[in-house]
Amino acid sequence: MDLSYGPQYEAFREDVRGFIETNRDSAPRGESMKSERAQSWQRLLIEKGYTARTIPKEYGGHGGEPDIIKARIIGEEFARSQTPAGLGGQGISMLVPTLLELGSEEQKKQFIPPTLGGEMIWCQGYSEPNAGSDLASLRTSAVLDGDEWVVNGSKIWTSTAHLADWIFCLVRTEPDAPKHQGISFLLFRMDTPGIEIRPLVDMTMAANFNEVFFTDVRVPKDQIVGKRGEGWFVANAILGHERDSLGDPNATLTRLNRLIELARQETVDDQRLIDNPVFRDRLMKIQARVMSLRFNDQRVLSSRINNTDARLARMISKLQGTELRHELEGLAIDIMGEIGLMYGSGDYLTDNGSWQSQYMYFLGLIIGGGTSQIQKNIISERGLGMPKEPKYEQRVEA
Amino acid sequence: MEFGLSEEQTALQDNVNRYLDEKAPLERVRQFSDGGQERADDIWDGLVELGLPALLVPEAHGGIELGALDAAAVCECLGQHVTPSPFLSTAVLAPTAIRLAGSEEQQNRYLPQIATGDATFGAALSEATGARRDAGVVATKAKLNGKALFAIDLHSDYYLVADTENQLHVVPSDANGLTINALPQIDRTRPIGEIILNDTPSDALLNDNQGSALRSVIDIGRIMIAADTLGASQEMLDRSVQYALEREQFNRVIASFQAVKHMCAEMAAEIEPSRALLWYAAHTIDEDPEESHLNACHTKAHLAEVGSFVGKTATIVHGGMGFTDLLGLHYWFKRIGYNRQILGGPELVREEAARAQGLA
Repeated sequence: MDLSYGPQYEAFREDVRGFIETNRDSAPRGESMKSERAQSWQRLLIEKGYTARTIPKEYGGHGGEPDIIKARIIGEEFARSQTPAGLGGQGISMLVPTLLELGSEEQKKQFIPPTLGGEMIWCQGYSEPNAGSDLASLRTSAVLDGDEWVVNGSKIWTSTAHLADWIFCLVRTEPDAPKHQGISFLLFRMDTPGIEIRPLVDMTMAANFNEVFFTDVRVPKDQIVGKRGEGWFVANAILGHERDSLGDPNATLTRLNRLIELARQETVDDQRLIDNPVFRDRLMKIQARVMSLRFNDQRVLSSRINNTDARLARMISKLQGTELRHELEGLAIDIMGEIGLMYGSGDYLTDNGSWQSQYMYFLGLIIGGGTSQIQKNIISERGLGMPKEPKYEQRVEA
Repeated sequence: MEFGLSEEQTALQDNVNRYLDEKAPLERVRQFSDGGQERADDIWDGLVELGLPALLVPEAHGGIELGALDAAAVCECLGQHVTPSPFLSTAVLAPTAIRLAGSEEQQNRYLPQIATGDATFGAALSEATGARRDAGVVATKAKLNGKALFAIDLHSDYYLVADTENQLHVVPSDANGLTINALPQIDRTRPIGEIILNDTPSDALLNDNQGSALRSVIDIGRIMIAADTLGASQEMLDRSVQYALEREQFNRVIASFQAVKHMCAEMAAEIEPSRALLWYAAHTIDEDPEESHLNACHTKAHLAEVGSFVGKTATIVHGGMGFTDLLGLHYWFKRIGYNRQILGGPELVREEAARAQGLA
């Protein structure tokens, strides 16, 4: 065990801290990605190499060498000081790495710089009403008509669709091919005629997602990443990235510390909840699990640095991270009792109702990004070497 | 940065596993348990040959002077093989106690014979983690009186005994006024019992800083027990996957049913993070003592819960065979059950974790 990053990295950490100290006043305070404040902050972070660190300069990135530890330190320091880090969103986190890997030179030049700069906002068109866990059975079609694809169908769970300038979208272009080989990866503008966006209100009563409908949406033929029929493989080139970011153990630790505070403040019959042994025991149980997932995360990081195998440790992180977070938020509600029912506004609402909304939101994340059931399939098949369920050729109805 | 076992520690595990695979397979463990043997000297001799009792003994006393993580790596192997051996008390608890609280003369007396494997130790510490049925040992004028319940690694040459004032003592098994009664219990791979002391002379470890040695002994012991559970749990998962890949029902191997696969995935999802927790806790024993008590408590309690879940789930994956003595899966189930209670059950230990943070 060697938990230090080494002296050269501690010096780097000091640099990052110094930067944050000096510049945090110019960081955005909740403005949109399109605001001048957010975009100039982004330009500053790219220049310093605190975001878009390894993306080549010619595409608007910093052009640095990959360094997992530096990336980690940057993440830790921005999180610790609660300073807004570089811009996120599915364009930056998913499309940019995909284009770097599989896009044409023209596509890289056209799309990556404005995406990194926050001028071009993207949404992801993958899931459909009838293609959830079985994403490859998606039916939204694109038919070539002259120099244009004509897209028809619909997408669901499309976050930021109402804000997005562009969509990266999986469509079926080869209806007669096997399902994984008939999909293409298209890019098109969200203001193209024939696109309708309907907000989808979820159980938190916020519209975190949308439904998107396509009727004869015409897309220039060359706005395809990879070749016709290769869309599934284009999408999968980076799908693992998304999973890694759900249920982040450091964010969970921050919530745990707040939860302990809550248990010390909240009382029932004038007794603090922390002084109730049943609640204290539940709190300690959760604390041990938060710690074990944090150390698991460090183990995964260390395995990436040293090129050692920690496949199982990595595979379980989405499953366990989201389940644990949901449970942790739920314990806060139990600690508050009836006060935990308060929602939206009112005198008794505590911590802005964040426990209630996060409790529900994380139930959504247990499902989104590959459900817990799918995670368990992945763990057992790829991690433990157990066989896939035999294909059931017939359609099964109740 | 390296979060995990070093190459040397992995090699140590490989050596111990290879030895136990060959010389102490389940058939040998069965002989020990079914035959009511008191000591498995043949197995211990092999562990001694591998140098294991010397792990934590300082070099000055003929030891190897490694750390808690090395010892935990060994305990994981012992749990994996449900090995009958006094490793915990002899190689971990006794040297820790004697190193921390023994005089120079006591260190010279005991540590070299521990390192060579010539002396084995048991440990009577149960009362320090929660006394049951009025048990307790009182020390007066270098004499011990009372009853210590659930002493572990019974039938050893010496016992490490904690008194009601949290002072530690070394008592030879042939001391005057000492009676040892083995207690039949669920895990037959490790004998436990009661020790009755009647004006028994003791060698008190008085070079102690306000009972802190006992605290340290229990902390490291809890981590070792958690490591034993980790090894036993991993073995139960491995056996479950293997069994599911062989067993056929409804014309297919049961490993192809999602109901079975998800049970195995859930076991893996519980085991993997607890491995990281254990490594970190063992690391703090030597490198971050201020953190070690809290980490030891959480590791002990958490592995107890993970172990119970795996013990149950793995048995169910094996179906009716899991319930039989024929297959012997219950040896691991019971090993985990023993580890859950010894040196404090999870609820009691979690309460200590809360106290360690000023929350109770």
